[in-house]
Amino acid sequence: MNPDVLLEVDRVTMQFGGLKAVADLQLEIGRGELVGLIGPNGAGKTTVFNFVTGVYAPTVGRVLFEGRAIQGLRPHAIAKRGVTRTFQNIRLFASRCCRDNVLIAAHHHATAGLSDALLRNRRFAEDERGMRDRADELLGVMGLTEWADTRATELPYGQQRRLEIARALAGRPRLLLLDEPAAGLNPQESEQLMRLIEDVRRRFELTILLIEHDMKVVMGICRRIAVLDYGIKIAEGTPDQIRSDPRVIEAYLGEEVTVPRAKGS
Amino acid sequence: MKQLAGLALILGVLGILNFVLPQALNPYFMRVLMLCGISVVLAVSLNLINGFTGQFSIGHAGFMAVGAYGSAMFSLHVGAGWVRTLESAGAPEAAAQGLALLVALMVGSVLAAIAGYLVGLPSLRLRGDYLAIVTLGFGEIIRVIITNVDAVGAARGLPGIPGWANFFWVGLAVVAVVVVSRRLANSTHGRALFAIRDDEIAAEALGVDTTRYKVLAFVISSFFAGLAGGLFAHYNAYLHPNSFTFLKSIEVIAMVVLGGLGSISGSILAAILLTVLPEALRSAQELRMVIYSLMLIVLMITRPGGLLGNREISLDFLRRRRSAGRA
Repeated sequence: MNPDVLLEVDRVTMQFGGLKAVADLQLEIGRGELVGLIGPNGAGKTTVFNFVTGVYAPTVGRVLFEGRAIQGLRPHAIAKRGVTRTFQNIRLFASRCCRDNVLIAAHHHATAGLSDALLRNRRFAEDERGMRDRADELLGVMGLTEWADTRATELPYGQQRRLEIARALAGRPRLLLLDEPAAGLNPQESEQLMRLIEDVRRRFELTILLIEHDMKVVMGICRRIAVLDYGIKIAEGTPDQIRSDPRVIEAYLGEEVTVPRAKGS
Repeated sequence: MKQLAGLALILGVLGILNFVLPQALNPYFMRVLMLCGISVVLAVSLNLINGFTGQFSIGHAGFMAVGAYGSAMFSLHVGAGWVRTLESAGAPEAAAQGLALLVALMVGSVLAAIAGYLVGLPSLRLRGDYLAIVTLGFGEIIRVIITNVDAVGAARGLPGIPGWANFFWVGLAVVAVVVVSRRLANSTHGRALFAIRDDEIAAEALGVDTTRYKVLAFVISSFFAGLAGGLFAHYNAYLHPNSFTFLKSIEVIAMVVLGGLGSISGSILAAILLTVLPEALRSAQELRMVIYSLMLIVLMITRPGGLLGNREISLDFLRRRRSAGRA
């Protein structure tokens, strides 16, 4: 086992009834890398996130995180080991303020137990203060300080996307999975966000796997990209290699077809 | 230190009220007041499951029954003996009865909490309507068991329970359930419960052990439902399985929903309202339940989020309201 490999997806197949959402996928992500996972709609990108984070157990194959098998563990257990994610269709805790959203994700780092909380002792106060400080710091990093006490659903859309990332960071992950973080953002916003993601990666020494539907968005920041189509990895390499790969072009633009001329016209 | 002083103050105030109130109020008002207190404990505790955690339980009467019968049986067979021994040894009446009651209430509450744990575990795979049906089934099973077991009086009911519960104990139970709920709400554990209510999948993906927290909500909630049951048993001095039908559970749900799901002060307000209202409407005779139901309907239409929605009434909140009004 190569110690520089943080996550290894080892020949995973994910089958739903008759549909193979992901077939025999082999993917390795090195410590500190920022890897892009792209592909057309329905290519199985989110399915990859779902079996890595434990939403599904893979039908066949193994998922190794830091050399240990994590497939089939419950999602919260995988989160505790250091893998957190954002969601493509934003899933914020709607009734809570932004700070609470971040605090909830720091939950498993709390040192004060239930009895401390009920007794309101010093240990609880210190623990709570520590978590709040860190939550506020993360909100600051993501540019959300002024929104800290606003209900999550009252945020503008772009800020909600940022809050999803702040929340995923609160669990102090080593591997962060971002599911189309730029979806619905305009080109300027999405470029800003990509720069922010790169900053965050450096600052917190993270490894990031980034799903993106739009190829252009990831080309700028990912040095390595894997392309999925119909659940099969059809290409992997540098942005330049990907851009010129005929199979990728075909997957995105469709096969070249010659239209037979109708008779008699 | 500050907390101990607060506790002493509360005990003192309750002790004084316990002495003053029965002389100031006629027995009927006193009874309504006691039933209000018991309703508040029930509603605030159910709010932990239905309000905080967003799970739908209709089994609260079942947990209450476990606590009521558990504590009553303890008092009848053990506690009453303790009180006789203590009193013959020269202990003051209130102290001897208080001690016996406290132990009996704890026995009932712990039994109810165990029941909550047992119901909570298998129901965790279920959501929404399915969980509701499991808890409904649980409540009915408890009632049917009680109706058929002779040792607890079966369908005749269980008479002769020592009437040790007074205003002091009911007040203390109200304080306990409110303090526990509030402290839970403002801690990482409470936030985990809210996260489950808002989005279970996201909560789980971000490291909240949703199974553990749902069971926790059930255990704490049923503990206090058992406490309310125990107080009811030792106040009413008589128990009958018909007090614990699923209509009782529905009544408590109505309190929680009317108060605003998740709002502790809302649950308190609605519990008092829904206990006092049927009494206040006694003069309307046969129209009583019609008016009661109509008022419920009107209230829910005019305030669909409940009386208080998701908010809390607290000193802070009132101060902010006042300063906002001035600005």
